[in-house]
Amino acid sequence: MRVNGVVESLDIEPWVSLLDALRDHLGLTGPKKGCDQGACGACTVLADGVRINACLALAMQYADKEITTIEGIAKDGEGRHPLQEAFVRHDGLQCGYCTSGQICSAIAMLDEHAAGMPSVLTPSVQPASAVLSDDEIRERMSGNLCRCGAYNGILDAIRDVAGRETVS
Amino acid sequence: MKPFSYVKPLDLAEAVAAIGPGAKFLGGGTNLVDLMREGIELPETVVDVTGLPLDEVDELPGGGLRIGALVRNSALAADRRVRAAYPVLSQAVLAGASPQLRNMATVGGNLLQRTRCRYFYDQAYACNKREPGTGCDALDGFTRGHAVLGVSGSCIAAHPSDMCVALAALDATVEVQSVRGTRRIPMSDVHLPPGDTPHVETALAEDELVTAVELPPAPVAAGSRYRKVRDRASYAFALVSVAAALEVRDGTVTAVRLALGGVGTTPWRAREAERLLEGGPATEEAFGRAADAELAAAITRQGNAFKVPLARATIVATLKELAG
Ligand SMILES: Cc1cc2nc3c(=O)[nH]c(=O)nc-3n(C[C@H](O)[C@H](O)[C@H](O)COP(=O)(O)OP(=O)(O)OC[C@H]3O[C@@H](n4cnc5c(N)ncnc54)[C@H](O)[C@@H]3O)c2cc1C
Ligand code: SF4
Ligand code: FES
Ligand code: FES
Repeated sequence: MRVNGVVESLDIEPWVSLLDALRDHLGLTGPKKGCDQGACGACTVLADGVRINACLALAMQYADKEITTIEGIAKDGEGRHPLQEAFVRHDGLQCGYCTSGQICSAIAMLDEHAAGMPSVLTPSVQPASAVLSDDEIRERMSGNLCRCGAYNGILDAIRDVAGRETVS
Repeated sequence: MKPFSYVKPLDLAEAVAAIGPGAKFLGGGTNLVDLMREGIELPETVVDVTGLPLDEVDELPGGGLRIGALVRNSALAADRRVRAAYPVLSQAVLAGASPQLRNMATVGGNLLQRTRCRYFYDQAYACNKREPGTGCDALDGFTRGHAVLGVSGSCIAAHPSDMCVALAALDATVEVQSVRGTRRIPMSDVHLPPGDTPHVETALAEDELVTAVELPPAPVAAGSRYRKVRDRASYAFALVSVAAALEVRDGTVTAVRLALGGVGTTPWRAREAERLLEGGPATEEAFGRAADAELAAAITRQGNAFKVPLARATIVATLKELAG
């Protein structure tokens, strides 16, 4: 499995989840285990750029994928990803437990939107609108819960980065 | 999780040959992995089907669409042809679960996902579905999420899928394959009401692989809508949902499709309501009468009696919106 650009060779049983493989076998503790049942989003990672819940994924199923965790999102030499910067700037966190999942999820969410993926709020007959409204961001980020309720800061951070992407 | 062996066949013949007693197909895993971790599903072999070439949406020669069983829920919802011709299906899928889960979940897995009844999930409680003949602790329990239509004295678990409600309204057909060959099952026959055997949930044999879902052409579905009522705005199962398609000419209903979620033990096609609506006036009163007729068979408990007026109101509101 390729993880954050590095080929990792893992000797694990078929019942090990991708989340446990990352955390316990590879020491990547950025992805968090909030619920272990698909209900919180704290374990969100990217598989070939697609956001998934690592807790409900068997590691074996993703053996031929490129996995990206929060540890691997910044480009070489960049220090931090723009969304990480924005979360800091807008206080998009309190305890930080949900943050790695929120940021991985937001990266993929912006890519999905750019590729024309609708949400339940997007009109069916029209192409996805070019601008992400606040309601669209909330709906598209609803797979990531935050027990501290830092939602306003999270929304501000994502809107900030999405806005800049639209301009550039 | 109880240990199991894992195989990932890359062609169909290999996949249907690999399945046998004690084996389970694995799609996106969002339901099966959860149930295995809870100790409710205990397969000895897991046959991962995500390597099979069943992940395309194709146009059928006579019109309609053929959706491969391994098309991910997010890809199904985003498909331009689905969004244009069957908007109710795209909306239903997008109203379910979360973006992450939809990226993982497959059409076949969504179709065969198991109930979210909390007594089914918790081994401390009696559940006829989990252990036949042990009783049902939901009957006198917290029933806010439970069904009111198609229930029995053995089980009142609601069918959880949003996608299936839209498929029921669209007269979909499910194609399955096993070593014995291929057969096609109408959507209305796929899921079985609990009766005395709530552990028997579908018409599929345990070794049958879902290969595709076919949607026949349905001009009425171009104007269709999925409306879901739940305890929070997103990422929650339905209390009540409505999949509806309506065609009105000069104030008269010329075609209608109606199916309900959250209220039935199976994805609930509202045939009685459709019968009353067809050819009748497209008025709020007529919509209400049709809803009442469909819901007359409801058997409620204290915790879910609210679903009857809620379903009525949701049916009427959805049909009114479609009538314009
Ligand atoms: C937190 C959470 C919230 C959710 N909310 C919603 C919601 O609001 N609405 C909703 O509709 N759903 C919801 N879901 C359920 C979700 O939609 C299902 O878990 C998903 O669709 C199952 O698809 P899968 O591919 O992951 O199935 P799997 O978990 O892989 O499989 C499910 C079942 O289907 C069988 N199976 C899979 N593929 C095949 C095949 N091709 N042939 C034969 N058998 C097969 C498996 O053996 C298993 O029994 C939620 C799930 C979670 C965890
Ligand atoms: S309602 Fe059905 S699934 Fe729930 S506890 Fe009763 S028998 Fe089990
Ligand atoms: S830990 Fe995976 S969704 Fe909560
Ligand atoms: S910052 Fe604490 S859970 Fe989100």
